[in-house]
Amino acid sequence: MKRTFFVAAAVLAASLSGQSAFAQTLKTVKDRGVLSCGVSQGLPGFSAPDDKGNWTGLDVDVCRAIAAVVFNDPTKVKFVPLSAKDRFTALQSGEIDVLSRNTTWTVSRDTSLGVNFTGITYFDGQGFLVKKALKVNSALELNGASICVQTGTTNEQNVADYFKSNNMKYEIIAFGTADETVKAYESGRCDVFTSDISQLYAERLKLSNPADHVVLPEVISKEPLGPLVRHGDDQWFDIVKWTLFAMINAEELGVTQKNVDEMAKSTKPEMKRVFGTDGNLGEQLGLTKDWVIRIVKAVGNYGEAFDRNVGAGSKLGIARGLNQLWNKGGIQYAPPIR
Amino acid sequence: MTTDGRKPPSQFVFKLRRALGGQAGWAGFVFQIVFVAALIWIGYEIFANARANLQAQRIASGFGFLWQTAGFGVSQTLIPYAETDTYARVFLVGLLNTLLVSIIGIVLASIIGFIVGIGRLSPNWLVARIAGGYVELVRNLPLLFQILFWYLAVLGALPGPRQSISLFDEVFLNNRGLVVPKPLAQNGLTAFLIALLAAVLISTALRVYARRALFQRGQVVTIWPYVIALLIGLPLTAALVFGAPLMLEIPRLKGFNFSGGLRVVPEFVALTLALSTYTGAFIAENVRAGIQSVHKGQREAGASLGLSHGATLRLIVVPQAMRVILPPLTNQYLNLTKNSSLAVAIGYPDLFSVFAGTTMSQTGQAIEIIAITMGVYLLISLVTSAVMSFYGWRLNRSLGT
Repeated sequence: MKRTFFVAAAVLAASLSGQSAFAQTLKTVKDRGVLSCGVSQGLPGFSAPDDKGNWTGLDVDVCRAIAAVVFNDPTKVKFVPLSAKDRFTALQSGEIDVLSRNTTWTVSRDTSLGVNFTGITYFDGQGFLVKKALKVNSALELNGASICVQTGTTNEQNVADYFKSNNMKYEIIAFGTADETVKAYESGRCDVFTSDISQLYAERLKLSNPADHVVLPEVISKEPLGPLVRHGDDQWFDIVKWTLFAMINAEELGVTQKNVDEMAKSTKPEMKRVFGTDGNLGEQLGLTKDWVIRIVKAVGNYGEAFDRNVGAGSKLGIARGLNQLWNKGGIQYAPPIR
Repeated sequence: MTTDGRKPPSQFVFKLRRALGGQAGWAGFVFQIVFVAALIWIGYEIFANARANLQAQRIASGFGFLWQTAGFGVSQTLIPYAETDTYARVFLVGLLNTLLVSIIGIVLASIIGFIVGIGRLSPNWLVARIAGGYVELVRNLPLLFQILFWYLAVLGALPGPRQSISLFDEVFLNNRGLVVPKPLAQNGLTAFLIALLAAVLISTALRVYARRALFQRGQVVTIWPYVIALLIGLPLTAALVFGAPLMLEIPRLKGFNFSGGLRVVPEFVALTLALSTYTGAFIAENVRAGIQSVHKGQREAGASLGLSHGATLRLIVVPQAMRVILPPLTNQYLNLTKNSSLAVAIGYPDLFSVFAGTTMSQTGQAIEIIAITMGVYLLISLVTSAVMSFYGWRLNRSLGT
């Protein structure tokens, strides 16, 4: 609430300060000595502080990987928790360098907000969480239901579309933050809590009795989530984009946090390009030759980050599904490093 | 030797100089023009620069977005609204919701404030202590906390729609709000309203007559039995002759929720309760200060005229206290309106939530939307204080000062 005004004022101030402030994000970040990364206000698995106050999660690991390629130190990140409705303004104003906050890639966001999406960290879709006691088995039985949603999300519009195209009535109650939304759902104000399915599983963990709630089978939308940067700085755009691609490529090549030093000695031409022992791909990006090694040492490859944060190795236990690599039955795919 | 008196400056120049704030002479005048020109130039630069930079960053700008389809739902709308309506309509919906909660909040806060403020000065020990305790408790807790308290603790404790607390199976209370029968207009409504209007007009005329009789001839005319007979009798006759003015649509539980009837959403109830009890505590202190500012000689004078405690308060103390109460009261009204923007925390769709919240994050046009929102809150506040100033002006006039 207050933040919106602050951020809007910052946009105004930034607009006044002239163009140059936005052009060289890499230099700005290096001069500052720390990467400023916009994350959620606490979504387990994606970005949430643990009991010691360290941020963890899949989105957080993307930030740490970027810090690793820039500073060779994944801890040099300042995490800025943002609500859904404030996130874009924070990026536009330059308060953050990159927004890695389970944000859906859509054409309107890509074209009218002055931002560029760099890739997809998680292929998601929107679903519904209901109490088991309601004995609802399908989203099509939700006619007349009250629905809690977080404001400023694609979910708010998707649910309107879904109910309209199925000729069902509904009452929507939109809250400022995810926590308020979940609290209202738990207090019984709404029959349904709707969000991206990964988020439903994550928020369900916070409920007092998770087993009493069930995620309905319908997936009503495509929600490709990924990090985004400000429009107008192609170098920084490339760095963020290829940091994510490097994580995915590392998994495909079988490079892990454990074996990365071993693999770096490889004499295969492909491996030599990736690890910078041959050519200067890293330097072309404005980074160092060992950029991929830095990423994998810091957060591991994409699969490791996925398992640790949201997959089998985490409390969420979400199956890889669509997020499995393209050659293993999923659709996660990155252009090659060459 | 004679001296010519200096020619007085022409009326226009004199007025202009006074408007510009001094007798500094032409040098000062020129300086002020330069200063204003510089201000305008800075304003223009801010505008032009912001525009150029927004374009360079490809952030959409301009007010065209107002006519795009909003595509999201709103839980409480005073005017018909569908997802296919425009952002301009969303703005209107939000504005009306803000006005609704502000106006009802102001009325309730004033009632609470006057009762508690007078209660604090009551000679009754218990009443004074209860009123004092209320003020100290409520005004010293953060407002956001109180809003969440009413929303989650009080209304959250209500049962679900299927276990509603019901009254005669017509009024239902549950965690989806208060559902009451909805009045539907019938044929007799027009006649009924005309009869009611006539009754009110005749009663007003009677009151004017009675006051005149009192002030000019010193004659006491009792009119209240006639007024009551008019106000009840006329509309009742109209209803008997032309048929019932309204029919009630009884709400019925259907599926997840009630269909039919009129529903007051809990977000609205929680916000109104929190705002009016909170602001009421501040108004109570204003009222107490105002009453205490009236010299006790005035009370004694009232008592010596044989007026009762209540009549002294009503006819002598409160009218004089109002002069002191009014300026801080205006402040409280303005605060209440502005505080209503905390609604977003409990999902009440006020202007700040649906326009400066959802619409802003969907269109990304922060500058335009924040500018419109600020302008609207400013306008609401200015109108409120204009109304209060007018009331103050009338009050002072009637007190003869």
